[in-house]
Amino acid sequence: MPPVLVLDGITKRFPGVLANDHIHLTLEQGEIHALLGENGAGKTTLMNILYGLYHPDEGKVVVRGNAVKIDTPHEAIRLGIGMVHQHFMLVPVFTVTENVMLGEETLKNGIFLDRAAVAARIREISEQYGLQVDPDAYIKDLSVGAQQRVEILKILYRKADILILDEPTAVLTPQEVDDLFKVIRGLVARGVSVIFISHKLKEVMTIANRITVLRDGRVVGTTRPAETSPTALARMMVGREVILTVDKKPAQPGAVVLDVKDLQVLDDRKQLKVNGVSFEVRAGEILGIAGVQGNGQTELVEGLTGLRAIAGGQTHILGNDTTRATAREILQTGVAHVPEDRQRDGLVLSFPVADNLVLNTYYLAPFATGVQMHDRAVFASAEELVQQFDIRTPGIHTLASSLSGGNQQKVIVAREFARPIKLLIASQPTRGLDVGSIEYIHQRLVEKRDQGCAVLLVSPELDEILSLSDRIAVMYRGKIMDTLPADQATPEKLGLLMAGVHPEG
Amino acid sequence: MKAEEQTQTRSIPGWQRVLNALALPVLALFSALVLSAIFILGSDPVVLTAFSQFFSAPGNAVVVAGKAIADAYGALFIGALGDPAKVSKELGEFFATGDTNDLAFAFYPLSESFVTATPYIFAGLAVALGFKCGLFNIGAEGQIYVGAATAAFVGYSLEGLPWFVHLPLTFLAGALAGAVWAGIPGFLKAKTGAHEVINTMMMNYVAFNLAHYLLNGPMKRGGAAGAIPISRNILESAYLPTLFPEPIRFHAGFILALLVAALVWWFLFKTTLGFEIRTVGANPRAAQYAGISVPRNMVIAMAVSGALAAMAGASEVMGVNHNLAEGFSPGYGFDSIALAMLGGGHPLGVVLAALLFGTLRNGATKMQSLAEIPIDIVAIVQAFVIMFVAAPAIIRWVYRLKTEGGITTVLVRGWGG
Repeated sequence: MPPVLVLDGITKRFPGVLANDHIHLTLEQGEIHALLGENGAGKTTLMNILYGLYHPDEGKVVVRGNAVKIDTPHEAIRLGIGMVHQHFMLVPVFTVTENVMLGEETLKNGIFLDRAAVAARIREISEQYGLQVDPDAYIKDLSVGAQQRVEILKILYRKADILILDEPTAVLTPQEVDDLFKVIRGLVARGVSVIFISHKLKEVMTIANRITVLRDGRVVGTTRPAETSPTALARMMVGREVILTVDKKPAQPGAVVLDVKDLQVLDDRKQLKVNGVSFEVRAGEILGIAGVQGNGQTELVEGLTGLRAIAGGQTHILGNDTTRATAREILQTGVAHVPEDRQRDGLVLSFPVADNLVLNTYYLAPFATGVQMHDRAVFASAEELVQQFDIRTPGIHTLASSLSGGNQQKVIVAREFARPIKLLIASQPTRGLDVGSIEYIHQRLVEKRDQGCAVLLVSPELDEILSLSDRIAVMYRGKIMDTLPADQATPEKLGLLMAGVHPEG
Repeated sequence: MKAEEQTQTRSIPGWQRVLNALALPVLALFSALVLSAIFILGSDPVVLTAFSQFFSAPGNAVVVAGKAIADAYGALFIGALGDPAKVSKELGEFFATGDTNDLAFAFYPLSESFVTATPYIFAGLAVALGFKCGLFNIGAEGQIYVGAATAAFVGYSLEGLPWFVHLPLTFLAGALAGAVWAGIPGFLKAKTGAHEVINTMMMNYVAFNLAHYLLNGPMKRGGAAGAIPISRNILESAYLPTLFPEPIRFHAGFILALLVAALVWWFLFKTTLGFEIRTVGANPRAAQYAGISVPRNMVIAMAVSGALAAMAGASEVMGVNHNLAEGFSPGYGFDSIALAMLGGGHPLGVVLAALLFGTLRNGATKMQSLAEIPIDIVAIVQAFVIMFVAAPAIIRWVYRLKTEGGITTVLVRGWGG
């Protein structure tokens, strides 16, 4: 049987960048083909070409033996290619049925939506493929995992049988990931072919039949899980030896640095997002806060760093009451903050690297006396930090926007770590970074801990929490479900806590 | 791979980057002139007649059209910068005989362009400074009126002061009034989130009608019985000195404007306050994260912006009109929005754009009398310039300009901001 899909010599250039360089990829019928690569390796560009969003400069796409030209997503769907994006394309206030029929409405009597017919068809499909979805449920009431099933259903409803999943596990709990994998295996058993995009090595090893690794827009190689290992894959992705495990000595906790008591924080809609959280972080230890995104971690960090008013409870840093302190006062007590969204909060993208490196110290000596700023001091310090933290930039006057994600994060790390700090609050410090940068950031975090800094690490990535933390607290719906010493925490236990279930015993 | 590519983009020499920065506004101006030519043709009865006979005499129509455009823009040029023949003749006489009689007349058009450019520089700086903080101050026109009214009042009511006290006092009083005036919408924005576009616009109406009331009441020359709504003349001790003999009106306000532009540059790019304002403008969330108070900087930026705009009004009163009259500003404050955009929000760009706008407006008067082209054509030119600057993609597409690697400069975040 011929492959269902062949990408032959696909090349795509953007001004100054060769995003895809003669990429060759075949997808067999009923195969799960993982596309592995760091951010910027060209995965998304390739899939956007396949989905009709970009046009290749060279090369051809062959679907079931026929060379095709895909100009629009509509055309892709017609050819049987469907894509589930990382961010779901669903209308929250519509039901599952309405979302599924959106853009392809079935009518009765010419003008009325035939919801019943579509709902019936949805039930049929969900039975056939083992996708549990209630057609009458509203999207906003569904869990993230269920919303993802709706996205998959939308594609199957349109009779597509080539499924592209773009980083599908990024927003799921470990249990939800297991469910998703069951669904994918079920789909494949019924003849659907899947392209699974990821940068997570373990997942790819678990689910894929074949793995193609991309680096710098080129195919590095195609292999099978049985013939490779996570270390080997990491080497292919990064192009050099990568240490996947974090090497760290046991923690030697000192005095309490951050003391949080019964903290309550509201979100922008005045909903209680942090509901009575208490914990402490000691010098020389890393407290990891695990949890699925959106369970109050963002508001917790914003409350601790003075970016959001605290509605109840107290925070103390080094014995000082910081409950009502401003962001600047908190910074000045020796707190470093690596924010969860580096581009939104941590950097001014339209400013040069040098200015970003003094974003919160610009008013202090030696960068300024009175109101007069001293460019020379700013530049000298920037040159030094670029060297010291190995920030890959053409120069300190380059705009932050033109750095890669990893180097943008290094700018933040350099700025925050260069100050004398007692407490480090790092929120998703490796989000969207490549393996090489993750390794770097992790080493720096442990280094800070060993220097006697108290570290609060907030991350939805279980692997990150498990490999770095000395103690792990799990947040669920604004509360801390439990706090475990790292050596007692297993992914299973944490997974249950993340889903709001107390493991018995 | 990335490092190498970035090194290449970086190796562009400085002069080329300056050229890149200039390419867009220059091409925008050029395109605006080309498009406006269509309106020139449309407003010329001779051309219309020639085109009605296009099919019998197409050559004639093209010639007539060409002549109409050349006449119009020629008159614009002469009106704005002076007649080259006359300038060189008078200069020759001056160097040969030391005769200065008609020299002033030869340079009169050019000097008038500088006179008109002066309020544009102040008001353009005002809008540009707002942009830097992410604020759209469209109330410059009202702030000009408030500044002018205050300067006029201080200028005529405080008698017996020596000029070196009275002059700066009058100017700064005007500026302060503008700062307070614009500070109000700044404060409302900071405290309640009320959009500054709406509130500066509303403050314009308050300012216009306040001026109307003052000129028909308390400030009216000759009291309630006075003939026309115009204020008393300010005292000579508050005059911005003119630097050349009559009839040249060129006054010290122009030099003051350049100094203020330099000061604004220093303020924005070399002080901690400027750093804060630019950070708030470029990314308010990052500013907050860095411990910079967003509301405080918004109020400061609006107040400074208002002070700058009011300086335009004060300078007109103190250097040109020597009194306050209704309608003394032909819309300097509104034009300055476009001008600040054309100048890329940078003080140097603002000065260049102000010179251009001053030149255009000044030349337009001549164009109207010589070529019988309505003065409104200049407004059309300005409108097109704004549209092209605001939609750079059009210019890039028409002239096949390459987009530069980085992000495009967004001056204002618009209504959502």
